[in-house]
Amino acid sequence: MEIATPPAVASDDPRSVARAMAPPSRFGDKAFQWLTLAMAMAVVVLIILTGWQLWLGSSLAIQKFGFHFLTTSTWDPVAEQFGALPFIYGTLVSSLIALLIAVPLSIATAVYLTELAPLLIRQPLVSLIEMLAAIPSVILGLWGIFVMVPWLRDYPFPLLKRLFGWTPFFSGPIYGTSMLAGGIIIAIMILPIITSVSREILRSVPDLQREAAYALGATRWEVTRIAVLSYARKGLFGAVILGLGRALGETMAVTMVIGNTPQIAASLFKPGYTLASVIANEFTEATTDIYLEALFEIGLVLFGVTILVNLIAQLLLKTMTTTTSTTRAVQ
Amino acid sequence: MKSLKISRKILAIVLLTGVSATASAQMMINGAGATFPYPIYSKWFDQYAKVDPSVRFNYQSIGSGGGQKQILAQTVDFGASDGPMSDDNLAKAPGKLLHIPTVAGADVVAYNLSGNPALKFDADTIAGIFLGQIKKWNDPKITALNPGVTLPDQEIVVVHRSDGSGTTYIWTDYLSKISPEWKRKVGTNTSVNWPTGIGGKGNEGVAGQIKQSPGALGYVELVYAVQNKMPYAEVKNSSGKFVRPSLESITAALATADIPDDFRFSITNATGPDAYPISGATWLLVYAQQKDATKGRKLVEFLKWAAKDGEKMAKDLQYAPLPENLQQRVLNRIDEIKM
Repeated sequence: MEIATPPAVASDDPRSVARAMAPPSRFGDKAFQWLTLAMAMAVVVLIILTGWQLWLGSSLAIQKFGFHFLTTSTWDPVAEQFGALPFIYGTLVSSLIALLIAVPLSIATAVYLTELAPLLIRQPLVSLIEMLAAIPSVILGLWGIFVMVPWLRDYPFPLLKRLFGWTPFFSGPIYGTSMLAGGIIIAIMILPIITSVSREILRSVPDLQREAAYALGATRWEVTRIAVLSYARKGLFGAVILGLGRALGETMAVTMVIGNTPQIAASLFKPGYTLASVIANEFTEATTDIYLEALFEIGLVLFGVTILVNLIAQLLLKTMTTTTSTTRAVQ
Repeated sequence: MKSLKISRKILAIVLLTGVSATASAQMMINGAGATFPYPIYSKWFDQYAKVDPSVRFNYQSIGSGGGQKQILAQTVDFGASDGPMSDDNLAKAPGKLLHIPTVAGADVVAYNLSGNPALKFDADTIAGIFLGQIKKWNDPKITALNPGVTLPDQEIVVVHRSDGSGTTYIWTDYLSKISPEWKRKVGTNTSVNWPTGIGGKGNEGVAGQIKQSPGALGYVELVYAVQNKMPYAEVKNSSGKFVRPSLESITAALATADIPDDFRFSITNATGPDAYPISGATWLLVYAQQKDATKGRKLVEFLKWAAKDGEKMAKDLQYAPLPENLQQRVLNRIDEIKM
């Protein structure tokens, strides 16, 4: 209410006089509210339309293959038999590998940058991380084939095989291009986004939190753990989800290093395939209708997987917050 | 005041560009499709601007699938494809569609072995390797073809294209012709269900994979192998002769292949003694009845120029030109286009 009352102070500025004389109107407020609502709804509408369009585009394939599309593993454009299971598997596994690598690295980096790093190092490091985010996916992919994959094949992979070769995950021949290489390149790509967002979140932790912990005699590690990380947990989880969203849809760089073989193999040294990669690979040359529709359905599946994974993440977040509040209550 | 000045400037720019656009009223001919012939097509369009400055070309190399779709939907004036259109797709056309072959290329068997020995392959070995039946470099089938070369007891890492491509079409077309088992199990297409191997995206992906993995073997376009100085093999053709892939041996394949009247041909496994067996052509797709008479006339003029003068530029860009007998047949076909 107070905001709407015009200032009583007279002024020589003709514009402010005009404003002072105008009757108090809340039209602006209303319009702004509607405008922002429309913008927010546009996002919802966009998601629904995307889903709808993908559904329409794949109706033939959905009719022909039905639920089997999700549970079969054959991808044969010649015989026109299409099953998405190896691609779903590849997308989930490569993203999981990426998260396992990128999350600890990113959060540790963010903690260092906000809590520990001297100013002299902080700024250059932040810019470097942001530069990493600016590298185009295809460039990373080429670097992946020519530099990363040969190096992985010659040094880290044989080491992994020697140490963990007895598990099914690190057995079999090493080609270099593999599910693991795909996961690693995605990890590099989502590292900057998780780090940047985590850093912002850690920065927004009020200093009072830290001071209170120090006042209780906590060490630096304890302050970081109890006052900062615990406080920011929810936000950090959100940062990870953002990274995961990017990981699921990452295309070009992964396509270059994952080996593009639709198979489900326990060994991470074996080549794999992702949903996004098969679309990028085959869309341009798909000439028959059912083939094209199957690729559309892959898009629909990717859309569904992304939404599902996000929903699960939201649920996890919810249970996480409720359990902590109950433990707090108990304490 | 400042904003007024800026808007004046904008107005001036708009007027100027408008004037210049009307001053050079050019006809725009749109095309879309195959990526393989893109370098030579863009050279043609560039050179043709000197021949007839009133026409400009806009070619989108979106892939053969896209080219076929767009010409069927009549959103472009001509399409381009690395494989002939299927009967099913051709039946969808609103009018008669002509296939105009332009240039040809070849797939070569490229490999990475220490010492880069010169190797020879025949149909059986290539099919065996890609079916996953020949697994080692020192397999008797390979050593028998390459006396004097010591081949290692090493696993063959098979590399193929992961993206749909005309290169894969030529490769699988060849394998389907020479191996009944391949035809039954896999077949011919721009992408297939590979029995074995690793997929690399694009020629650069396959080449990268081969160069980086010792013991690798795969197929890339001849141009790509030449430019990247990759070793590639001689292949035994159907008359029993080992032929090195080259522009001459591709043209020889074109000259001896059996070419039907609708030009929907395949020149893989051609019979000529000098023919390289894993070759393939690329086509432009044009309607026999042009809707827009002036545009149609300009398009026909261009096609004729391309078939005569354009062909001479092919070799510089590592494409095989059409042999003379075929060139004449193509010119006759272009004459059939009606306005």
